[in-house]
Amino acid sequence: MNARGAYLTPGTRVARVGLYVFGALVCAFLLLPILAVVPLSFNAGAFLSYPLSGVSLRWYEDLFGSSGWSTAFCNSLVVAAATTALATPLGTLAALGLARLSSKLKPLMIALLLAPMFVPVIIVAVAVYYLFAPLGLAHSFLGLVLGHTILATPFVVIVVHATLRGFDVSLLRAASSLGAPPLTVLRRILLPLIAPGVFAAAVFAFTTSFDEIVLALLLAGAGQKTLPLQMFDGVHDQISPAITAAATLLFLLSVLLLWMVELMRRRRARLFGGTVEES
Amino acid sequence: MPALEASLSTGLHQPSDAGSLRRALRRGERGRKRMALALIVPLALFLLVSFLVPIALLLARGFTEREVPQIWPATAAALRAWDGTGLPDKAVASLFVEDLVASRRSGQLSTAASRLNYAVPGARTLVIRTAVALPLPPGSEPLAGLIQLDPRWGERETWAAMRQAAHGYTGFYLLAALDLRTDADGQVQPVPQEQAVFIDVFARTFWISAVVAALCALFGYPLAYMLANLPERVAHVLLVFVLVPFWTSVLVRTAAWMVLLQDRGLINDLLRDLGLIAEPLQLIYNRTGVYIAMTHVLLPYFVLPLYAVMKCVPAATQRAALSLGATPLQTFWRVYFPQTAPGAAAGALIVFILALGYYITPALVGGPEDQMISYFIAFYTNQSLNWGMAAALSLVLLAATLLLLLVHGRLSGRRELTMR
Repeated sequence: MNARGAYLTPGTRVARVGLYVFGALVCAFLLLPILAVVPLSFNAGAFLSYPLSGVSLRWYEDLFGSSGWSTAFCNSLVVAAATTALATPLGTLAALGLARLSSKLKPLMIALLLAPMFVPVIIVAVAVYYLFAPLGLAHSFLGLVLGHTILATPFVVIVVHATLRGFDVSLLRAASSLGAPPLTVLRRILLPLIAPGVFAAAVFAFTTSFDEIVLALLLAGAGQKTLPLQMFDGVHDQISPAITAAATLLFLLSVLLLWMVELMRRRRARLFGGTVEES
Repeated sequence: MPALEASLSTGLHQPSDAGSLRRALRRGERGRKRMALALIVPLALFLLVSFLVPIALLLARGFTEREVPQIWPATAAALRAWDGTGLPDKAVASLFVEDLVASRRSGQLSTAASRLNYAVPGARTLVIRTAVALPLPPGSEPLAGLIQLDPRWGERETWAAMRQAAHGYTGFYLLAALDLRTDADGQVQPVPQEQAVFIDVFARTFWISAVVAALCALFGYPLAYMLANLPERVAHVLLVFVLVPFWTSVLVRTAAWMVLLQDRGLINDLLRDLGLIAEPLQLIYNRTGVYIAMTHVLLPYFVLPLYAVMKCVPAATQRAALSLGATPLQTFWRVYFPQTAPGAAAGALIVFILALGYYITPALVGGPEDQMISYFIAFYTNQSLNWGMAAALSLVLLAATLLLLLVHGRLSGRRELTMR
């Protein structure tokens, strides 16, 4: 960039300013709509518009006072936690396997393991519902967790696989050659080194389930209403102002989770001596 | 590999010559592969059972007839034997009358009646009214009796539709998904204009996806270019603007747009205060809302991979072009753009593929005329319980998705797994 500074002509300068302005506008388009909702959630009036008619926490009180929202929050938490507990080990093992696979099987395996990411969710949802309904799993927590696990595992595979790319295999060989049994190598060398990646993968799995709605629309019964379903009801016909409070809280949670993943990425970079490329 | 290394270094199987070394290597290689597969098997098996098999079962359902063969078994067998010319003989009609009575008693009448309704509008009412009016007056001939109840029993089309639904397998749903049907003579024909919906819905789905992909490319390419060419420190701060929406739930983002785009929402208020408009613009529950919200949701999927591609473009190629006398515009257009165009095309295609399957966003911010194919799949699944139709529409959507994924694979080459 700096090296090219020497070649700058006035025309290029104008083009560059134009680029920055356009880039800033696109950035604003991406983030501002979400941020604009935050102050509205503190509005004392019932209108979803500026200027605020006073600051109050009434919509948050509505949210916490309603049994519908708290039940939905608990349901989402349970389903997301169970999905994480199931998807993380499954995906991590598969990623470890993929990294060791170097045959013609590899592209086939990658295609299978990542397929749930690319098949339209509605098809996954209908198919799973079609299989689960006769088995009595359609309106159950187990069915919802299994369905979310299908959607979450590709993310775990990708994140852990990316971690392994910066991994120095000779560490494992060194441990083995010094006489460590395979299980010890796994426990003492491999797992501590990939732990940040696995943790980031777990956060991905959690978010996938926590935000998922299409599968939930079909698979959740009245007893398994999740947070996204509750929100869906809240915006479907008329938008209730309490939605802005819920959206604000969910947005903060997303930022927190993103921050955790970023922290893990930095830790990983440190563990691997900064050799890890951005993944 | 560790096993091999260990065995070599501990000297337990110290190879004495080249041949045994090769064998040891091969053994190690096989062990490594087996180990790798053993690690993958749990997830592969899980996905096979809970993902691939259900999709296969669902798609197969789109080619199966269940209702008529199961609920009216005797009639179905008799209809399969009928040659389809004229009207079926009175034996068929009498079996049908018996099956109607039996199915009404078992409570399955309306399921079978609904199936006929898919092929012949109004058939559901016809069948149920007929069943309620039974038994026929004593001594009357069954076919004549049915015709007396409703003249439509005297039409070949009614019986031909029943005959089509009486076979175990069917192309009916797939044809219907393409706005086609077979007439009484078995010829494939377009359905009447007023019943044709799906070609329209598919065209709309493709069009919305294409517009959203184009908008993402239009907004995303300059943004990714800017991010890739800014100093690392600044770029990382700006990346937050892309990553935060990427991590925020689609529902939260859609809800945010619903708040902003309403008649009395922020955007309309702002435009009115600026004196640009007198009346609020209709920005939501129409195509505009769908384009805005879907572009917002999918833009990070375009920017993040393209940013990664652009970071890998060697700066030396541009310096070389400039030092050889190219203008900055030429440098961009003839050196930089060709190196990043495949990445941009791959990104736009991914956005297109993801958009094809979108359901929630158009359902919330679109009007009735903006619903995409996923909406209809969901509708047939949880509202009209028409599994065959849901399956056939899924098949068409899935086929389009897989085809485009193949194209995407070609575009992006055999790159390793990457994300963000």
